[in-house]
Amino acid sequence: MPTRRRALLIIAALAGLALLSLALALMVGSIPVGPAEVFLTLFNDGGGMAGDVVRSLRLPRALAGFACGGLLALAGALLQVLLRNPLADPYVLGISGGAGVGAMLAILFGLGAAGINGFAFAGALAAMLVVFGLAHGDGSWTQTRLLLTGVIVAAGCGAAVALLLSIAPEHKLRGMLFWLMGDLSQADDPKLALGVLAAVLLISLPYARELNLLARGADTAQTLGVAVGRLRRGVYIVASIATAAAVTHAGSIGFIGLIVPHLVRLATGNDQRLLLPASVLAGGSLLVIADTLARSVVAPQQLPVGVLTALIGVPVFLFLLTRDPQVRR
Amino acid sequence: MTSTAPLLQARKLSVSIGGNPVCRDFDLTLQAGERLAILGRNGAGKSTLLSVLAGLRMPQAGEVRIEGATYDALGPRASACIRGWLPQARSDAFASTVLETALVGRHPHLARWDWESDKDADIARQALAAVGLADFEQRDVHTLSGGERQRLGLATLLTQAPRLFLLDEPIAHLDLNHQIAMLELLAGAARDCGAGMALVLHEPGLARRFCDRALLIHGDGRTEVGPVREMLTAERLSALYQHPLQLVESDGLVSFIPR
Repeated sequence: MPTRRRALLIIAALAGLALLSLALALMVGSIPVGPAEVFLTLFNDGGGMAGDVVRSLRLPRALAGFACGGLLALAGALLQVLLRNPLADPYVLGISGGAGVGAMLAILFGLGAAGINGFAFAGALAAMLVVFGLAHGDGSWTQTRLLLTGVIVAAGCGAAVALLLSIAPEHKLRGMLFWLMGDLSQADDPKLALGVLAAVLLISLPYARELNLLARGADTAQTLGVAVGRLRRGVYIVASIATAAAVTHAGSIGFIGLIVPHLVRLATGNDQRLLLPASVLAGGSLLVIADTLARSVVAPQQLPVGVLTALIGVPVFLFLLTRDPQVRR
Repeated sequence: MTSTAPLLQARKLSVSIGGNPVCRDFDLTLQAGERLAILGRNGAGKSTLLSVLAGLRMPQAGEVRIEGATYDALGPRASACIRGWLPQARSDAFASTVLETALVGRHPHLARWDWESDKDADIARQALAAVGLADFEQRDVHTLSGGERQRLGLATLLTQAPRLFLLDEPIAHLDLNHQIAMLELLAGAARDCGAGMALVLHEPGLARRFCDRALLIHGDGRTEVGPVREMLTAERLSALYQHPLQLVESDGLVSFIPR
């Protein structure tokens, strides 16, 4: 268990990493901008062409990427505790599936970015309510029941997405597939996602020690003074909203919600007081770096960012897993 | 909460599990410093009754009070400062060190934004030392044996420092030496700190040696409570376990041998 001092140091270090990743995102691209120039353009309106690119293209996209990465990592960390299952990720309960169905429909109907976002969010909320209602049906609300309900709803949504893809006209397929693989190119206004990120983190942090207990089992948590029923419902709703906000902005970017909490856990231990904010910072940074690479490696072509998050995350994760003599002595 | 209220009081309790009655109109009072052994066959409902007494499960009828108040009235946090519960089985989903696991017992004593202080860590270290796990602090719980994990559960409970201990098979998985050491540790907590406890036990000889009263659960809704010398006799236990048992006495210690 880290001391409060050590936790703050780790968070400060990760905040530095987050700033570096954002700076990188602002500098790299078809028009390279130096660090000093980036700094100037952020605080002045001038800077000509480069200033416009940094302020109106790269900055919103980088911030939206950071917010989505942070939201996904936070949702993953919360759901791994709620389900007491290290394999849980933000998509396991069908929320991204519902968003996917909504987004596919919107693209099929030829709606614009706002329409796609609106449909995706509505789909995510619908899936969340269905899973919650069904899993809560008899009041028992066990982890297994919740997990099974979520997995089944996700499978149903997957089938619906496949159906929509198969009947979609050729010229819409590429947009649909990019949405499904995760895509930040449409994310032009990061304010909402950043707001949701700040809100869910601030709501979760006061309950972090109770989450530590919940991870050890519901009955143990209850006898140690946690109002388990209320906490579980709260965690489910907060994680769902975080996932829905991220998926709505950036599509189903895989991997971050599963791997980032594990990365942080391997590096710092399983204390949610540190794990939750650290996951937000690490997840946000990872997605910003991956998105920067996705739009610059084979420019002017853009790669789906979900591919890059996995390509970066897998080796890092495997390295930490094999290196780790300390935790599993 | 008045000082005269008993530590644990069950009134007109009716509990059943899977359609089988565990107890009907069951009354029980446990005072500070008292130790109650709970015995019965597998599936008789010992753990079920204990979880009702711990406030984890609602009874079909009746109510449970600790220090005069119901669990609902106290809320989970205040309840956790009064009663502690040792589960029969536990699973650790995530890696965690032994010291961290013992420290979760401090949760009800800490305010929302508090971090565990050195004083809390000292309390946890004392508890680990008391159960013989002093050198295990940094070990991952996943590397512990069943008996070591069981002793860590007891250490977490000692760190919680409740006044009422509800223990579901506290000496399961333990070697004979650790069984006696644990029961003596608990007896010490009852004697020195005035803790009251209810223990599910499978060994009537040890129950007679370490407890004041015994509760026999027959599994058909019948229950009997009384002093251990009256309850834990060859005749009653043979009826309870539905197998003939013989009492053997040596140096004042009693054991029951299945025929």
